[in-house]
Amino acid sequence: MENRFQAFLIKYAEIGCKGKNRYIFEDALVKQIRHALKPVDGQFTVSKESGRIYVNCEGEYDYEETITALKRVFGIVGICPLVQIDDNGFEDLKEQVVAYMDRTYPDKNITFKVVARRARKNYPVDSMTMNALLGEAILQAFPEISVDVHEPDVFLNVEIRNRINIYSEIIPGPGGMPVGTAGKAMLLLSGGIDSPVAGYMVAKRGVKLDAVYFHAPPYTSERAKQKVVDLARRVARYSGPIQLHVINFTDIQLYIYEKCPHEELTIIMRRYMMRIAETIAKENECLGLITGESIGQVASQTMQSLAATNEVCTLPVFRPVIAFDKQDIVDISVKIDTYETSVLPYEDCCTIFVAKHPVTKPNVNVIRKNERKLEENIDELVKIALETDEKIWVEAD
Amino acid sequence: MEIYLDNSATTQVAATVRDIMVETMDMEYGNPSSMHLKGVAAEKYIRGAKETLARILKVQEKEIFFTSGGTESNNMAIIGAAMAHKRRGMHLITTKIEHPCVTKPMQYLEEQGFEVTWLNVDEYGVVSLDELKNAIREDTILVSIMYVNNEIGAVQPIKEAAELIKKINPKTLFHVDAIQAFGKYQIYPSRMGIDLMSISGHKFHGPKGIGALYVKDKVRIRPLILGGGQQQDMRSGTENVPGIAGIGMAAKVAYTDFAEKRAHQMALKDFFIDEISKLDGVKVNSRKGEDGAPHIVSVSFEGVRSEVLLHSLEEKGIYVSAGSACSSNKPAVSSTLAAIGLPKNLLDSTLRFSFSSQTTKEELEYCIESLRSLLQILRRYRAK
Repeated sequence: MENRFQAFLIKYAEIGCKGKNRYIFEDALVKQIRHALKPVDGQFTVSKESGRIYVNCEGEYDYEETITALKRVFGIVGICPLVQIDDNGFEDLKEQVVAYMDRTYPDKNITFKVVARRARKNYPVDSMTMNALLGEAILQAFPEISVDVHEPDVFLNVEIRNRINIYSEIIPGPGGMPVGTAGKAMLLLSGGIDSPVAGYMVAKRGVKLDAVYFHAPPYTSERAKQKVVDLARRVARYSGPIQLHVINFTDIQLYIYEKCPHEELTIIMRRYMMRIAETIAKENECLGLITGESIGQVASQTMQSLAATNEVCTLPVFRPVIAFDKQDIVDISVKIDTYETSVLPYEDCCTIFVAKHPVTKPNVNVIRKNERKLEENIDELVKIALETDEKIWVEAD
Repeated sequence: MEIYLDNSATTQVAATVRDIMVETMDMEYGNPSSMHLKGVAAEKYIRGAKETLARILKVQEKEIFFTSGGTESNNMAIIGAAMAHKRRGMHLITTKIEHPCVTKPMQYLEEQGFEVTWLNVDEYGVVSLDELKNAIREDTILVSIMYVNNEIGAVQPIKEAAELIKKINPKTLFHVDAIQAFGKYQIYPSRMGIDLMSISGHKFHGPKGIGALYVKDKVRIRPLILGGGQQQDMRSGTENVPGIAGIGMAAKVAYTDFAEKRAHQMALKDFFIDEISKLDGVKVNSRKGEDGAPHIVSVSFEGVRSEVLLHSLEEKGIYVSAGSACSSNKPAVSSTLAAIGLPKNLLDSTLRFSFSSQTTKEELEYCIESLRSLLQILRRYRAK
């Protein structure tokens, strides 16, 4: 069956007001839309025309898949499915507009307003006249319908271009900025609920993602690693491909476990994770780190603990869910389809050897002092961990 | 190096099994129900497999039904028997150490209004015949007991249980889950008083997705899968010809040179138990010789989490199972290990080693040596 809509008008907001940089953002958006549509059934061309972005569908395509794909492209605030018709005179246009309204709104108990535009100025009827005549035709066709020029339920847009576009629906997009317009950051991905959400949120501001996962075999299993890859694949649906770094953390963790006070294990581990993440971040032109930390969620995420892990970094650390309640984070993870993977019961390296009563208000000076107990071997262990970095290129699933 | 000691989970498919399966996919791909020659050719594989199984079990061919595996066989036997005989009684008996594909159908039947008696086992995982005797009643329609326990290899007194059941209530049906026993024991259900018996292809070098249920002639059970009426209406659905050809061939292989293969595994088991007992902080939950199955050894390691030890062995190319699947997020304590009264601290420290006729003494020696060094390292970092 042929689709009713032959094209989509893509609405974007913030990038419209970026002055002379505007074309950079628009080009990035076009690129991201093309990328998102690649796996979709159908042939699409994405074009920029007089300050608007159109997705033209050639022949048959899968409407549902197309909308799903477009709803994942950051920068899009609205997707308008267009009915495109050929210009066969104004009388024909009237009929087509009436037919459009009939099909789109089975319940005619609505108010509407016609918004006509002539991009092609040689069209014989001007915009104001078109508004009046098309409105009249609709009113005549459907007695229950009425016009409201101030707050109508439906804005019926009619655009005269080479062909004529008719549209009234706006499907909300994800908003945000096109990925690739803001540089790159390194996401610390744990396998839990919070970090994929954090990655998603920062990517939404146009940031490309790299990710790092700390693996602790034999204490964590191959399946735990696969779970992290699966999560990265989900996030990549929005962020585009992710370079995932898998760091073998076992020896560092055991060394800390052996040398340092048990209740400081997690904090000191996290300090080393941050150090390692930052090193890899800098090597890969990342401009910041991203974590899924949220104040007070666990012992290592109190304000004092955050301060203790934060001080080992010079790059900015972005914590987009810092003030979110767990349920709010869960809601987003459900929305972006990472939740079910996140709750799979595989051990991650933060839960092994964890103390029954870890410090909740670490004193940075004490932590620093205890870290000195690691002086003998830790640099070498970190070096080995960095050298054995396993790189996995993760594409959207 | 790959040392596969997880043969109770599944086994490698034998080459002859693979070959006959390929034959049924490449050449004889017909639907056995088709009237033409291609159908007849496919049907021959089914008849061949039935013949093999019937000869091994010393039963009639018409008493063999093919299923999608051990789980379906057990479900079909238990639910099918309960549904067919519920007017005579609503009482069922089973043990506390059955596989979930027996316990779950039993629990399902409890929800449907049946009453289930769950028999205890002793410290070796063996069911008490006295307890069984006292449990059998006038309205007992089914007793289901596994032949060999999958977690620790405990062997149940099947023959004695059958005699007891038939003596007290001849109408009570006796189902045996022989999934871990087939290929390791000579089992003759009709002579032993077994009415229903389940087996699974992939536990004895056959393919996954195929199992069989022996249903004694004249024993009525309700089919679970309804449809085109294949297999005498007992199990509808186009027969899985490759699987059936495979399970038949695998059975043939398993019972060729049977005594030798069995003795080989029994000797390996005793060797392994002797050697592993020499390690510190070890408790063996399986028994030597004929007191236990020839291919399963369950061992608990004090102060080491089974998952960690399992992954450490994995790094050395040794594949085993955790005695009970536990993780910090989802505790799922094994029912068998709990039923034999294993101390709490060992429940999550237990591994299962399971052998096949391919397993060698050298492999087990390497495994023991690996354990010796790994235990030392892992215990250094035991939980504070």
